[in-house]
Amino acid sequence: MAKETKTGKPLPAVPFLKLPEDGEPYLEGHKCKACGAVYLGERSVCAKCSARDQIEPTRLSDKGKLYAYSIVHRSFPGIEVPYVSAIVDLDGGGTVKGNLINVAADPAEIPFDMPVEVVYKDALGRKDKDGNSYVSYFFQPAG
Amino acid sequence: MSDVYIIGVDMIQFGRFPERNVANIGAEAALLALDDAGLSIQDMQALYCGNLGQANAMVGQRILQEIGQTGVPVVNCANACATGATAFREAWMSIKADVNDLVLAVGVEQMGKGLLGGGGGGKGIPKEGLLGSATMPAVFAEAGMEHARKYGTTFEQFAKVSVKNHHHSTMNPKAMYQIETPLDTVMNAEMISYPNTKLMCSVNVDGSAAAVLASEKKTKELGLMDRAVRVRASVLTSDPWQERDLVMPDVNTCTRNAAKQAYEMAGVGPEDIDLVELHDCFATAEILHYENLGLCKDGEAGRMIDEGATALGGKVPVNCSGGLLSKGHPLGATGIANIFEVSTHLRGNAGARQVDGAKIGLTHVIGLGSACAIHILEKAA
Repeated sequence: MAKETKTGKPLPAVPFLKLPEDGEPYLEGHKCKACGAVYLGERSVCAKCSARDQIEPTRLSDKGKLYAYSIVHRSFPGIEVPYVSAIVDLDGGGTVKGNLINVAADPAEIPFDMPVEVVYKDALGRKDKDGNSYVSYFFQPAG
Repeated sequence: MSDVYIIGVDMIQFGRFPERNVANIGAEAALLALDDAGLSIQDMQALYCGNLGQANAMVGQRILQEIGQTGVPVVNCANACATGATAFREAWMSIKADVNDLVLAVGVEQMGKGLLGGGGGGKGIPKEGLLGSATMPAVFAEAGMEHARKYGTTFEQFAKVSVKNHHHSTMNPKAMYQIETPLDTVMNAEMISYPNTKLMCSVNVDGSAAAVLASEKKTKELGLMDRAVRVRASVLTSDPWQERDLVMPDVNTCTRNAAKQAYEMAGVGPEDIDLVELHDCFATAEILHYENLGLCKDGEAGRMIDEGATALGGKVPVNCSGGLLSKGHPLGATGIANIFEVSTHLRGNAGARQVDGAKIGLTHVIGLGSACAIHILEKAA
């Protein structure tokens, strides 16, 4: 932690968001070689097929389709509303939840299966107690 | 194996009791259920206690400190919103296993107001409102929207669930609220997480419910068969792996699996069920469970609510108590409160909300994370 603070380098908001030194950010899944199930985060045993030591990291797609969502109007103090909480099926496997941005908070404007892309930005200005900045992922309608 | 019977069951009126403690609230329902059976805590061979919020605080033992420390085994259960039903099922299993023949199950919860879920924890920065929402209204809104994407279910159809359940609660003196909420009131209430408005979210309340369970032999010995309710099925499932369940808790598959097992165990089908108390933690959830429980075919739940089939007087009344939406949802008590409601109808004691001629009823709860408990109950005599 101290190292990042010193250099001012932002941290990933979740462990499955990767910020390579030399390359673009991406989401990392963990895929079971035995059954194909995709997880967010490391594990040694597959929850779907119970195979052991068959899980390997895989780079998830930055493209996907909107599966389901809710427009959140009431949240905890300090959290800006409304916002769209979205569940997105990424192309090639993996389902991820996040904020869908750059859309009107209106169900008429948010069709199911809308193509979306994953974008990476500062985590809404949120910092941890050590003052570190964070990068998060967001979804937006595919351009 | 012996059939198991409910020979005493009751609940307190749900409400907010900040001046009391959880053991005291649980003790009240325990005494009511014992009174209903005409028995004493001295007669009970074990206590199965369901409580979620203070699961590490020996609530069952503290209830006995309030009503009689008899030294019997006490099991404290926590299983999210299936907590009370799990405690009841543990009691049932102990009789099935021929370990006990007369036991008490209590479910109790003392809650604050406000949003559940999404409170954070974990490292780094808070994720709520950054990576979507983990609040319960949003999670169940998303589950409802999954139904909407499949079948075109509308905001209005979800809202009708709340209109119905609030109407039912006007006939239930033990409900937290007894207030009619017409459709426009429900739809125009504060939007919490689309499509769930405030009136489509269950009410956080304090409450308790309890049941006395007995073996067939004991029930006959006590001469209580004429008021007994037979437990025809008791089933508990967890959520099998689903491709989206890391980010979208699946309340459907564990309910479908539990329903299938419960109907098989009871030797009945959905068409034989006269009333249902199901887990309407949010209005969206009730719609899903019509199909999950086989009350209608997949895709017909919207039509079912439109046609009034699940209202009192309809084909299969659902949540005559007012449901979690209006009776209230004290997490650990809900599973036994549902059993109280169905038992009350089977005994013909439900007053204005009585389902005429009710013979078989079903109770269902879901604990997110997930646990599903279903009981099928039948009037014994």
